[in-house]
Amino acid sequence: MRRMYKVVVPGDFISDKENRAGEGTYVEEGKVYALCYGIVEEREEIKVVALSGKYVPSKGDVVIGRIVEISYPYWIVDIASPYEARLHISECGGGAEKLDFGSMSRFLDVEDFIVAKVIQVNVLMRIDLALKEEFKRGSGGRLVEIPHTKVPRVIGRNGSMIKMLKEKCNCFIFIAKNGRILIRGREADMNLASMVILKIADEAHTSGLTDRVANFLDSFSRDDEEK
Amino acid sequence: MNEGKGEEVELIKDGKRLDGRGFEEFRPLKIEVGVLKRADGSCYLELGDNKVIAAVYGPREMHPRHAQDAKMAVVKYRYNMAPFSVDDRKRPGPDRRSVEISKVSREALDPVIIKEYYPKMAIEVYVEMLQSDAGTRTAGINAASVALADAGIPMTDLVSSIAVGKIGGEVVLDLNAVEDNYGEADMPIAMIARTNTITALQMDGRMTKDEFERGLKLAMGACQQIYALQRAALIERYSKSKEGEE
Repeated sequence: MRRMYKVVVPGDFISDKENRAGEGTYVEEGKVYALCYGIVEEREEIKVVALSGKYVPSKGDVVIGRIVEISYPYWIVDIASPYEARLHISECGGGAEKLDFGSMSRFLDVEDFIVAKVIQVNVLMRIDLALKEEFKRGSGGRLVEIPHTKVPRVIGRNGSMIKMLKEKCNCFIFIAKNGRILIRGREADMNLASMVILKIADEAHTSGLTDRVANFLDSFSRDDEEK
Repeated sequence: MNEGKGEEVELIKDGKRLDGRGFEEFRPLKIEVGVLKRADGSCYLELGDNKVIAAVYGPREMHPRHAQDAKMAVVKYRYNMAPFSVDDRKRPGPDRRSVEISKVSREALDPVIIKEYYPKMAIEVYVEMLQSDAGTRTAGINAASVALADAGIPMTDLVSSIAVGKIGGEVVLDLNAVEDNYGEADMPIAMIARTNTITALQMDGRMTKDEFERGLKLAMGACQQIYALQRAALIERYSKSKEGEE
């Protein structure tokens, strides 16, 4: 479905419907104004989706994090945000082995990656994670990082873009809320998938992207067959 | 800024200024958004012969740690003149003047930034003067405001800024270097164009109350035009995306 993109800058008047003001907006004297530089999205709520900016986690987000430090009883995790998150030892091991200071690194060491869910963000921006999956460096797979603001574009409307990517690249693709993307598959397929994802992130603000990506992927599979 | 050296210079000839501008005209303004790849937000701006580049980094971790604020982000602003930006080489590094300008510029932008969104973080604004021809602090504020928006920092409004002054007995807009050096007064102003809120105002020299009020009105009108140019520059960056699908 095609529709107009409306780019706004901070302070732009958007609407009179004060009670529908959503994320990225503020209300002054009953009027809704833009709070950031972005694109207006008007459904039940009036939102401004920022075109840039840093990722700030909120409860329930699934993120891919990198262990940066071990500080008993926590692992300190970089989640592509200005704020660091932490993962408690009770999240690990399933109770089979009691983890202490020395043995933490055997389970998860610095530079290992995890898929985790944000279970709590408190007022001091202390972020607690729940472990979903861990993967060591060199265990196969590819990690691609894009700005978190481009994530909705890679997923596409109702997941159309990601569905197409998975089918045509024949890969397992997991997109985390913080802009990190995990790809697993054959080497050549992973190359293609990561290249296309970076292309999508690069052209995120242009129109007709899903069609263009589809054509691009088709031209690739045809090349494959000719070989 | 610099005092005239006692000599008289005719700044107004046949109702025109030395560079041919009218009294209520500001110098040509050019704004370009997103010029620096490694910065989170950036802006290049030209106001006549002033050439300014602004870079915004952050929100990122605040150093030194003891200066962190547990409830909100801290805004840092650095105004710096390149050694080659003026006729005589400027001694590099911060000096009394640039420290003061950094402070007033930060305070000019502070009211629009929603700092509460990023507790404990720092939002860093670096403004470099590559070429200077009077009115650099106003050019810097204009550029910084656009760069902050480009960085995706939540703000209630953009800030626009311009100077007015008095030369040869007339109140004029946006003094250039000669006018500034030999004129009677210079008054830079920063404001939020939408709400007509003044966020910074300084004056160097003397003006009567009447001249002050006329000057203020002139500057406020100009800020509306500057705001329109800042906004247009930001919108233009994504003009290719006027139509699209999700």
